[in-house]
Amino acid sequence: MKPFAYVRPERTEEAIDRFAAQPGARFLAGGTNLVDLMKLGVAGPPLLIDINGLPLDAVEETAAGGLHIGATARNSDVAAHPLVRVRYPALSQALLAGASPQLRNAATTGGNLLQRTRCPYFQDASKPCNKRAPGSGCPAREGVHRDLAVLGHSAHCVATHPSDMAVALAALDAEVRLRGPAGERTVPVAEFHRLPGDRPDRDTVIEDGELITGVTLPAPPSGARGAYRKARDRASYAFALASVAAVLTVEDGRIGHAALAFGGLAHKPWRAHAAEEVLRGAPATAETYRRAADAELAAAEPLRDNGFKVPLARNLAVSVLHDLASRTDTTG
Amino acid sequence: MEPVDRTAPAGETPEGAPEAVSTLTLRVNGTARTLTVDNRTTLLDALRDHLDLTGSKKGCDHGQCGACTVLLDGRRVNSCLLLAVVCAGASVTTVEGLSDGDRLHPVQEAFVARDALQCGYCTPGQICSAVALLHEAADGQPSYVTPPERSPDGPVSLTPEEIRERMSGNICRCGAYPNIVDAIEEAAR
Repeated sequence: MKPFAYVRPERTEEAIDRFAAQPGARFLAGGTNLVDLMKLGVAGPPLLIDINGLPLDAVEETAAGGLHIGATARNSDVAAHPLVRVRYPALSQALLAGASPQLRNAATTGGNLLQRTRCPYFQDASKPCNKRAPGSGCPAREGVHRDLAVLGHSAHCVATHPSDMAVALAALDAEVRLRGPAGERTVPVAEFHRLPGDRPDRDTVIEDGELITGVTLPAPPSGARGAYRKARDRASYAFALASVAAVLTVEDGRIGHAALAFGGLAHKPWRAHAAEEVLRGAPATAETYRRAADAELAAAEPLRDNGFKVPLARNLAVSVLHDLASRTDTTG
Repeated sequence: MEPVDRTAPAGETPEGAPEAVSTLTLRVNGTARTLTVDNRTTLLDALRDHLDLTGSKKGCDHGQCGACTVLLDGRRVNSCLLLAVVCAGASVTTVEGLSDGDRLHPVQEAFVARDALQCGYCTPGQICSAVALLHEAADGQPSYVTPPERSPDGPVSLTPEEIRERMSGNICRCGAYPNIVDAIEEAAR
């Protein structure tokens, strides 16, 4: 690990000023990914700005009936929060599907969004990787890519974003709150992460010097049910091969609100707009769910060894939608 | 729990340029310990190499195996992924701090009674993790296998399925899992 200086500011403005004054500095929250990447030689910031002393860890209801989750709120605390469990079960389940209890006790909301891909070539500093060393190439395309992307990848990068939490937030229409030298702005979670294109080194639309201060969720649609389901290589403590977050309302046998997002398939949480188009207003039947999933996954371009993800994601989506609809039909 | 002193580490030189070394105080197993460490030092290395507490083990050193699990302000964490400097002012409980003199912690007793280990390398982490697990379940914290429709109030009952899911962050290469689950069930009674 490269030597670095360390500061622990108590005010958000001070943290942002510190960052601006030191090129290459990084904010540190839970550190569960950043410290690991520093050990691996993938990250080597000259300065760590510890943001755990900033007043950014609250989870509280908003005036609009939604929920604000501070950037340094721990994954375990958010997952166990009564309002999250009752109103946003997909978020609680997604958090609990991620990592281990020890990691969730340290990992934060902001850090979860900013975690890097677990593509083995990105994490191995001795290998080429366009995300880590732009222009060096992508060995994953022809190499080990069973866990990697089937949607939205490019010739330059086939990495997946590993977060479970972000998939649920995308389906819940959450927004990321950012603060930087130029002030504050919000970005929908579904637009916060980028597709790789020819700039796979940029995971998100965050600007240099901006700090995530929190995530805001709107009030859930009336009568909505949500869920998160994840398929992985072992029963627990593994990244998603594919996952689904869904939020649904059903009335008189027809679907009203429908939000669907896939994880483990792309460089970003994949909000399934084409599937949602099929779902809205359609009969709540298995046939509808299959058509919806197929409409979204028609765009899939599997690599040599990850074609299994397409039927896996389809079956996950169909089963989650079926389970949600059978629990939400207000006539039932 | 008594309030902890969150004194900022000495990270600044008189000129204002940050240094790569910090001095910090940790309350380890009830005793305040002050140490000066390179900022790169993890909590695990601080415990093992600076404080001679070698109960916490270095398995993978990447947060994947759980052998380094300790309690930080009462919560289980992977000490290999936490920088010591970030823990300044916090209370740390390691496996050495669980027993009451010669009297083992009930989780330690149960691991002995149920023969919940073979080589023993992962055991300190398993035990620290299990101690926290009991508190989390008693506190009503859900896991991925807790039925989502369950009310957020009241303790979660620790079925073998719950124990396996909640212990998934602790790997045992000897495969002592069945007896580990038995031991935790016994300690939960």
